[in-house]
Amino acid sequence: MRLRFILGEVVNGLRRNGTMALSVVLVTFVSLMFVGAAALTQMQIDQLKDDWYGKVEISIFLCPENSTNEQCAEGAATPEQEAAIRAVLEEGALSDLVDTVYYESREEAYDKFVANDSEGIWSSLTPDQMQPSFRVKLADPEQFEVVADATEGLPGVDVVRDQREIFSELFRFLNAATVVAAALAGVMLIAAMLLITTTIRLSALSRRRETQIMRMVGSSRSLIQMPFMLEGAVAATGGALLAVGGLYFGVTYLVEDWLKGSVTWVRYIGTADVWTVAPWLLVVAVGLAAVASVVTLGRYTRA
Amino acid sequence: MIRLDDVTKVYKRGARPALDSVSVEIERGDFVFLVGSSGSGKSTFLKLILREERPTGGDVYVAGRHLNKLSAWRVPHLRREIGAVFQDFRLLPNKTVYQNVAFALQVIGKSKHHIQATVPEMLELVGLSGKERRMPHELSGGEQQRVAIARAFVNHPPILLCDEPTGNLDPGTSVGIMRLLDRINRTGTTVLMATHDDEIVDQMRKRVIELRGGQLVRDQDRGVYGLERV
Repeated sequence: MRLRFILGEVVNGLRRNGTMALSVVLVTFVSLMFVGAAALTQMQIDQLKDDWYGKVEISIFLCPENSTNEQCAEGAATPEQEAAIRAVLEEGALSDLVDTVYYESREEAYDKFVANDSEGIWSSLTPDQMQPSFRVKLADPEQFEVVADATEGLPGVDVVRDQREIFSELFRFLNAATVVAAALAGVMLIAAMLLITTTIRLSALSRRRETQIMRMVGSSRSLIQMPFMLEGAVAATGGALLAVGGLYFGVTYLVEDWLKGSVTWVRYIGTADVWTVAPWLLVVAVGLAAVASVVTLGRYTRA
Repeated sequence: MIRLDDVTKVYKRGARPALDSVSVEIERGDFVFLVGSSGSGKSTFLKLILREERPTGGDVYVAGRHLNKLSAWRVPHLRREIGAVFQDFRLLPNKTVYQNVAFALQVIGKSKHHIQATVPEMLELVGLSGKERRMPHELSGGEQQRVAIARAFVNHPPILLCDEPTGNLDPGTSVGIMRLLDRINRTGTTVLMATHDDEIVDQMRKRVIELRGGQLVRDQDRGVYGLERV
């Protein structure tokens, strides 16, 4: 009886306040879409980091002859200096952070270079002009700074380069995009909450007669308030479901059908990730409605 | 059944009290008129019993409960023991007579079976058999008030509070409503009725409690409306 009563009231309320309910649905839809987009962007960043950071390495370039770099004023790195650098990487405090160390000699560097230069533009180069280097693979790629700081000042070291620098700009862009999406989501969520509050208030006012009688005959407070809460929750959940749908189609058409076909060297997020985000969007929607209910109902349906 | 012990109610600090040291005891099965002019404290008296307000001083006991100490979540249980009838009927305009009465049972979680058994019985008691499917606007004022009484009494509460139940009705119709309230009183229900209607009070010859300026000025068995009335 009670359940039927509550559900009946919810349906009635939604019908009576149709346009308000629809606006709640749409606003939560858009706001949760932004929340979801921000979450998916972060997931994409994490995935890229996993993929790329594992492959990147630090290059410690050793002093060549005739370098203009102050640190290389004494000429090319001596074998002793090279041994000392290797020792720092493999035996010192850094050894935990370092996975493997590979020494690339002038000749190897030259061979690699030539192999990549199919058009022969650099054919006048000789191995002497190349720089020997240590190629260091890190156990934890995030620890780049530590290793770079520790090796940069060593005698015989010219410069330390991290391939991460190539990606960092991209990540910075993606992070900025996340921030923008999150900020928009925040504003929209506030709008959604205010709308839900207004909807509940209108609904409560339009059913003041009923709630007055319910209080008078001794309905429990939960039975009086439940229909209003559910109304907000149903509308917000509707918005969340639309947002999930929107993200699903977005990922399907933009990422899986389009990006995957044209930019193939990147592993992308997929619709599976949308399903990971979906429950959280529902949680946010219901939470939003719950907060709005608590804020509003105390005032309008007091016992 | 209802007891007020030295009850004072002040709405705004410093203002004249709406009720001033009122002590009254109403026994189970009593029929009591609460009389007094507007602003005499009648409404406050009823609100304290329904625990819509809390007393500023003194103690209120209703149906074995000490209302000063009643926690908010138990208030609905108190209200199930008090039926309330108002001057303006307060029916739901979009529900039929039957639905209006059934509503009071639905919202306290009674079973469909119980509702189907009780509501027709109650409509018969108030004399509205055959009008179950009418809408409130299709009824006369007296009939609407009967629906309101049926709704207030359908759960058989031990107390029935009536706030000017005949205030909107003509004298002839009022007599019918009073007969109905008297009948309900005879089932053992305590009836407390706030009223301005001197004729009714004089005719019924029941206990009369009179408030003036928040003070209890008269508590008389088998009383009349007011000795000083013009």
